[in-house]
Amino acid sequence: MSAETGQFAAEPASPAAGAALAIEGLTHRYGELTAIEGLDLAAPAGGVLGLVGPSGCGKSTLLELVAGLREPSEGAIEVGGASGAEGRLAHCAFMPQRDMLLPWLSAVDNAALALRNRGARRGAARAEAGRLFERFGLAGFERARPAELSGGMRQRVAFLRTLVAGKPLLALDEPFASLDAITRAEMQAWLAAALATDPRTVVLVSHDVEEALYLADRVAVLSARPARVVAELSAPAPRAPDRDAAVTDPAFVAARERAMAALHRGSR
Amino acid sequence: MGGPVRRWVLPALVLAALVGLWQVLASSGALADVFNVEPFLVPSPAEIASALWDNRSLLAENAWVTLKEIVLGFAIGLAAGLGFAVLLRLSTTLRYAFYPLLIASQAVPIVVFAPILVIWLGFGIGPKLAIVALICFFPVAVATLDGLRAVDPEATKMMRTLDAGRGQLLWRVEMPSALPSLFSGARIAAVFAPIGAVFGEWAGADSGLGHMILLDNGQLETAREFAAASLLVAMALALFALIALAERRVVTWR
Repeated sequence: MSAETGQFAAEPASPAAGAALAIEGLTHRYGELTAIEGLDLAAPAGGVLGLVGPSGCGKSTLLELVAGLREPSEGAIEVGGASGAEGRLAHCAFMPQRDMLLPWLSAVDNAALALRNRGARRGAARAEAGRLFERFGLAGFERARPAELSGGMRQRVAFLRTLVAGKPLLALDEPFASLDAITRAEMQAWLAAALATDPRTVVLVSHDVEEALYLADRVAVLSARPARVVAELSAPAPRAPDRDAAVTDPAFVAARERAMAALHRGSR
Repeated sequence: MGGPVRRWVLPALVLAALVGLWQVLASSGALADVFNVEPFLVPSPAEIASALWDNRSLLAENAWVTLKEIVLGFAIGLAAGLGFAVLLRLSTTLRYAFYPLLIASQAVPIVVFAPILVIWLGFGIGPKLAIVALICFFPVAVATLDGLRAVDPEATKMMRTLDAGRGQLLWRVEMPSALPSLFSGARIAAVFAPIGAVFGEWAGADSGLGHMILLDNGQLETAREFAAASLLVAMALALFALIALAERRVVTWR
């Protein structure tokens, strides 16, 4: 684990510090079908855990379990000391695969949804979310409807909406899967910078090994269903400011090849 | 052909052609020959137009009665349909319990039910409102419920992790995304509402366009019958247009 990711917090941490995640002996079944089997994973407060695996391997289910949207069939999941689904839900904000921006709300109103849900008045919620628009390169687009934004901007607003919720753990489900390669690379660098100024514990599901290795501190490679951990790798240079340099570095390339090899082993 | 041409000129041309054809067939007596009846029983559009003008105050008086029945009944049906859809969305138990009843509400033969309602509620506006509301209720309830249930499960999950309660999920996500469906249901209801008003008046009334049509039919006043019917069609079209206009104002994201 890299040095700046911080300590395990004894108490539910403040959002800025993140909250530790611990998954032990996790098994999840849908009726007869076993989606996840005997999974052990952990992330320290403020750490970014990447999850890669073949499609349909149960990554999204795992994310929903972490976020408290489901209860596991067996095993334990703890987020910031909370182990029940309600407690995890209180600690996690979920960013779905598609941006899910509400088309009838402006960008800033979309970003402010969590504040409004907690009872903040419209003006106060807009002001608070609007401050993040300034900081994250979206100034001037507060009043735009989602349909008026580019794919990359929509993902930024969707991420801000997750961030504004003020939860210590962010569950990101393939956040940039819908974007073209260039925009995706830009968004990865943007997310790296965002997490540098606003650190949280992140569980990032991706089908893109490079994306996971660049953004995460550690990457768990999962097998085809039922999902098991095939390999766990430390990222060579998590969220390095110069993304292009980082992903072409020999250490990164070697890590990517190890991850790919593990992915192939696990898909069989 | 441009948008406005296709949208307005084309239907106007079709309507004019049909009315023209009708005029020729009726005034030449061809239609009366086909039906094997006296020519005065098959009025031409020109005769209907003059009946409309000659009886304008009588028609206006009765149209006002029917218009109130249509608009108020529609409003009641809309509110009830919307409320029912929301209740059934919020509770699966209620949905299982009441969905068959919702279907049954539309299977009720209005023609049979209308006279009973008149017995229960009297000759006034009451039974007409009940029938119009019953007819409007079904399309609104079914369309709105479908709209509420069509919300993407991912959006629901996202909202739950953003601390939304059930009411907030309904108000901020489900209701807005169900609005286009609600408007579709309302448009259908608007077209059926005049039929409900006419059935209500046929079952027992002392005024209204439906009541007039019934009397005129007995007196073979076919031109005035058509004049009254054209007013009913105009009301349905106007209500439909108002709803379409409201939808364009409200659903701005489509």
